[in-house]
Amino acid sequence: MKISIQQVEYVARLARLRLSPQEKELFTGQLNAILQYMDKLNELDTSGVEPTFHVVSHVNAMREDHCKGSTPRDEVLKNAPSSQEGFFKVPRVI
Amino acid sequence: MMDVLELGISELKEAYWKGDLDPREVTRLYLERIQEVDEEIGAYITVDHQGALQEAEEAARRIREGEGSPLTGIPLAIKDNICTKGLRTTCASRILYNFIPPYDATVIERLKEQGAVILGKTNMDEFAMGSSTENSGFKITRNPWDMRRTPGGSSGGSAAAVAARECVAALGSDTGGSIRQPAAFCGVVGLKPTYGRVSRYGLVAFASSLDQIGPLARNVRDCALLLQAISGHDPRDSTSAPVELEDFLGCLEGEVEGLRIGVPKEYFVEGMDRDVEARIWEAAGSLEQLGLKVEEISLPHTEYAVATYYIICTSEASSNLARYDGVKYGLREGSGDLMEMYLETRSKGFGPEVKRRIMLGTFALSAGYYDAYYRKASQVRTLIKKDFEEAFRHCDLILTPTSPTPAFRLGEKIDDPLQMYLSDIFTIPANLAGLPAISLPCGFSKEGLPIGMQLIGKAFDEATILKVAYAYQTITDFHRRAPSLDPKGTQG
Repeated sequence: MKISIQQVEYVARLARLRLSPQEKELFTGQLNAILQYMDKLNELDTSGVEPTFHVVSHVNAMREDHCKGSTPRDEVLKNAPSSQEGFFKVPRVI
Repeated sequence: MMDVLELGISELKEAYWKGDLDPREVTRLYLERIQEVDEEIGAYITVDHQGALQEAEEAARRIREGEGSPLTGIPLAIKDNICTKGLRTTCASRILYNFIPPYDATVIERLKEQGAVILGKTNMDEFAMGSSTENSGFKITRNPWDMRRTPGGSSGGSAAAVAARECVAALGSDTGGSIRQPAAFCGVVGLKPTYGRVSRYGLVAFASSLDQIGPLARNVRDCALLLQAISGHDPRDSTSAPVELEDFLGCLEGEVEGLRIGVPKEYFVEGMDRDVEARIWEAAGSLEQLGLKVEEISLPHTEYAVATYYIICTSEASSNLARYDGVKYGLREGSGDLMEMYLETRSKGFGPEVKRRIMLGTFALSAGYYDAYYRKASQVRTLIKKDFEEAFRHCDLILTPTSPTPAFRLGEKIDDPLQMYLSDIFTIPANLAGLPAISLPCGFSKEGLPIGMQLIGKAFDEATILKVAYAYQTITDFHRRAPSLDPKGTQG
């Protein structure tokens, strides 16, 4: 697998990262070296092997549906870069 | 003064209860020690003088009134990706430079219930992504055994703080070796519990199917004490396992004779550091002296672990780190529209390794590549997990080196990400399989650098690895040696 600078630009856009021309070049080279190493996995025939996404065997951990307190809104908003009247404030969207 | 700093958790507790020492006095000694050496070592991002002294005051009261627990008044350090209410938690990232959690992680709640003293938050690779702590967005941490070398990573601050006597013990987190490898590099004990043993609630997520919080300590007994305190089911973490909690301290002196210990042949490869290899075989000899049976085993898919791990962990990271968008907490940059804000915030807030991993993970999950990378890696993960299941039919635990080399030099691997990734080769498989593993000191290299051995156990069988590690420490003294702290780095 070989990744081009255009693909790096595309992936950066998906990841909401703005890369400088130097970063694009550096990452293209480094990602290629890493992906080339990862091609090693193609030596293995994995047809019919179930993937492991999680090692824990229990699924759907449920708990009783009880009302209880949550972190106060003001406490949460203290970390917000900008807030107003109990809401997170962001640049105009529409 | 040095004598007090040499005391472990059990010894301190005894001294407190007898009235020979007072938590306020011990906390002050640790704060002085940090003042004295941390400018050079750089183990801490934040030192909480006031909070620590208040907790020590409260601990003194509890002990006076006979309400003490094993960790009451014990000064500890916490990796800076574990949320501490009211105390800045940065993940060593510019993007969280000002984040003050409104809640405690479950592990912190449990330490506070016992009256532990939290001295501060330790340095790490940004978002725990790295093996040398050089990826911190704030500063580097030096290895107390040789100031020109890294302490390992990503829990390098916690390991260095324990080794330099800047805390009694510490918490770290381990996604691919981030507790065990720095423990080995710094000559301390570090344990990654079974996935699900310790709640991840309040641990800032890196790769959720791999992350576990665990202890770093001077010796196995202290490690067991801390593990006991932080373990157990937590309804706030859906991956926390509802299993019975054992008495990890009580199991330490249990019988080890006749246990079968497997040494995987795939872990001894051409070009491996000779001192490391020699120390591991000496350790195997010591374990035989204790009555264990050492046998060669095979973990055939070992050579695929690094590639598998770096696909899975970067994929999970790219998703987890999508939350840093400049809206809810941390850094906000950009003065244009919303997209401009996302792009500027993330580009200025994340360091190069974090960006690289987000890129790699985004690529591995993107349309057209998912099956070739993420799905393929998840299938190989199954094969690696099965290797261990097969091996544990023939043995009770597995002995390996923790790292292929002792601590490497600052700057040595930072420009070559692939070389840095390969340094995790012996620790990654336990994370992929979700197994518990401990690293403990087993000797030194000819330059005088600590070397660590790793014991991997069956799922939820921390008791066996702790008991064998404890038995090993009764016949060796490597864990008692401390670095001489030569601040100018002239040794070696």
